[in-house]
Amino acid sequence: MSAITRDEVAHLARLSRLALTDDELDHYATQLDAIIESVAKVAEVAAEDVPPSSHALPLTNVFRADEVRQSLTPEQALSGAPAVEDDRFRVPRILGEEA
Amino acid sequence: MSLIQKSAAELGALVAAGEVSAVEVAEAHLDRIAEVEPKINAFLHVDREVTLGQARAVDERLRSGERLGPLAGVPIAHKDIFTTRDMPTTAASRILEGWRPPYDATVTRRLREAGLVILGKTNLDEFAMGSSTENSAYGPTRNPWDLDKIPGGSSGGSSAAVAAYQAPLSTGTDTGGSIRQPAAVTGIVGMKPTYGGSSRYGLIAFASSLDTPGPFARNVLDAALLHEAFSGHDPLDSTSIDAPVPSVVEAARQGDVAGLRVGVVKEFGGEGFQPGVQARFNEAVALLESLGAKVVEISCPSFATALPAYYLIAPSECSSNLARFDAMRYGLRVGDDGTRSAEEVMALTRAAGFGPEVKRRIMLGTYALSSGYYDAYYGQAQKVRTVIAREFEAAYHQVDVLISPTTPTTAFPIGERADDPMAMYLADLCTIPSNLAGNAAISVPCGLADEDGLPVGLQIMAPVLGDDRCYRVAAAVEKALESRWGGPLLKEAPAL
Repeated sequence: MSAITRDEVAHLARLSRLALTDDELDHYATQLDAIIESVAKVAEVAAEDVPPSSHALPLTNVFRADEVRQSLTPEQALSGAPAVEDDRFRVPRILGEEA
Repeated sequence: MSLIQKSAAELGALVAAGEVSAVEVAEAHLDRIAEVEPKINAFLHVDREVTLGQARAVDERLRSGERLGPLAGVPIAHKDIFTTRDMPTTAASRILEGWRPPYDATVTRRLREAGLVILGKTNLDEFAMGSSTENSAYGPTRNPWDLDKIPGGSSGGSSAAVAAYQAPLSTGTDTGGSIRQPAAVTGIVGMKPTYGGSSRYGLIAFASSLDTPGPFARNVLDAALLHEAFSGHDPLDSTSIDAPVPSVVEAARQGDVAGLRVGVVKEFGGEGFQPGVQARFNEAVALLESLGAKVVEISCPSFATALPAYYLIAPSECSSNLARFDAMRYGLRVGDDGTRSAEEVMALTRAAGFGPEVKRRIMLGTYALSSGYYDAYYGQAQKVRTVIAREFEAAYHQVDVLISPTTPTTAFPIGERADDPMAMYLADLCTIPSNLAGNAAISVPCGLADEDGLPVGLQIMAPVLGDDRCYRVAAAVEKALESRWGGPLLKEAPAL
């Protein structure tokens, strides 16, 4: 039995905002199936009572003083933008036609 | 000896003494790059005028009496994953083609402050995902030892540039082995500092709990000098360690292992390891004993599960980090014809801008983080991470450092594993545990494999903030082997 179906991969692609072709979906379904089967080996480690580590080192939140500092100018912030209008990022419509 | 063959320490001393200018040193390396780059393809971007401008500024700072560090005037190749204001930054991805960042990474800034001269930006696997540099959107880099072989990855442009004498130093980043593995397969030194020992600010994120900037060099002392130049606490990186940088330069100068307790990781050898790699490693173990180290075998059974745990943790973090490439604020935008929604443009852009390995990892990470699968995959991988860290901890109660071959094999042919992700992932088998535990680890050359005449690396691992131990052992090994070989391993490399 496969670990992941082609439909599931298509769903993952949608969640990941990747417009994949049918050929790509076929290809990735096979590869992801093999990878998931292999990484499932993590289940072999008995770790019920072990706390998870999201990070290698103990972390505490770090604060800085709330001071006004120099930041990017609007020109710098917009310098890599695909489209700009009136000192703002110009983006495609974000609501459906009916909205 | 020509300028390009000199070490970084020698070049820094010559510049400091006024015997040669930073401009002359930069020109010699730019000429070398122009000469061999058609064969190597180590660089994504070189701009002679920008580099010479930096060199002139360093000469001017020195003339005006400014006190710079020991690497002032020394050129460096900079991995194209660190932002640079005066050069494009692409992470070897189409999605960032031509992007000019409005700010410098902390590592970049510290290189400039120390008077290093940036020769250009080096090739890598796209977003540092890979072990061969074949995942670059701009073509593979070639191994100077054999142009049909991979130079390792993801920092393969950086390893190849140093091995090909295009630069005496380079920067890399190590998430699962991306500095140590390329160093091993190109016969140079590469160090992954303790996680948090070097700043991630301005480093384009792949897996934030693992990504660690580090140095490449042709010898251990040069690597330590560069390590010291760009490491240390950075208030702009909240995971940066607020502690002094371990005294790595002093350790590299000492290079003494008498009385040191060395553990050989039992699980990293035997089946799956190339005979020539195993032979050179066994000789390195004997060498350490002859130098006065106390060598014992240490079993770390869960290290075998480090690879699967890594391929859940790293893709999970990557799927989140790479969500920023949304076609809205910077980078590529595809399909914005006035009729499509932002979401459609986003999906078209990401499909066009990311390569296959990046897409695979984003989807794998999205899967591992999905409700219903989270506990079995990402959650369990995080527990395995704890188990691995505990095994390291137990080992370091018995020994000062752990050693293993850096990689199971020497450099493999370009194309051999390109569409076989599971085979590719094995290249990082021995390097991944140190990333999961945040420990320090270095790769130093230990000879050539008999089968193919290609370089083999010895990995030396040390606890968190034990970076100096890595350099101390690596320097001792280097000194003993170079006296046996009658010079550095790289002199065996074919002329380009």
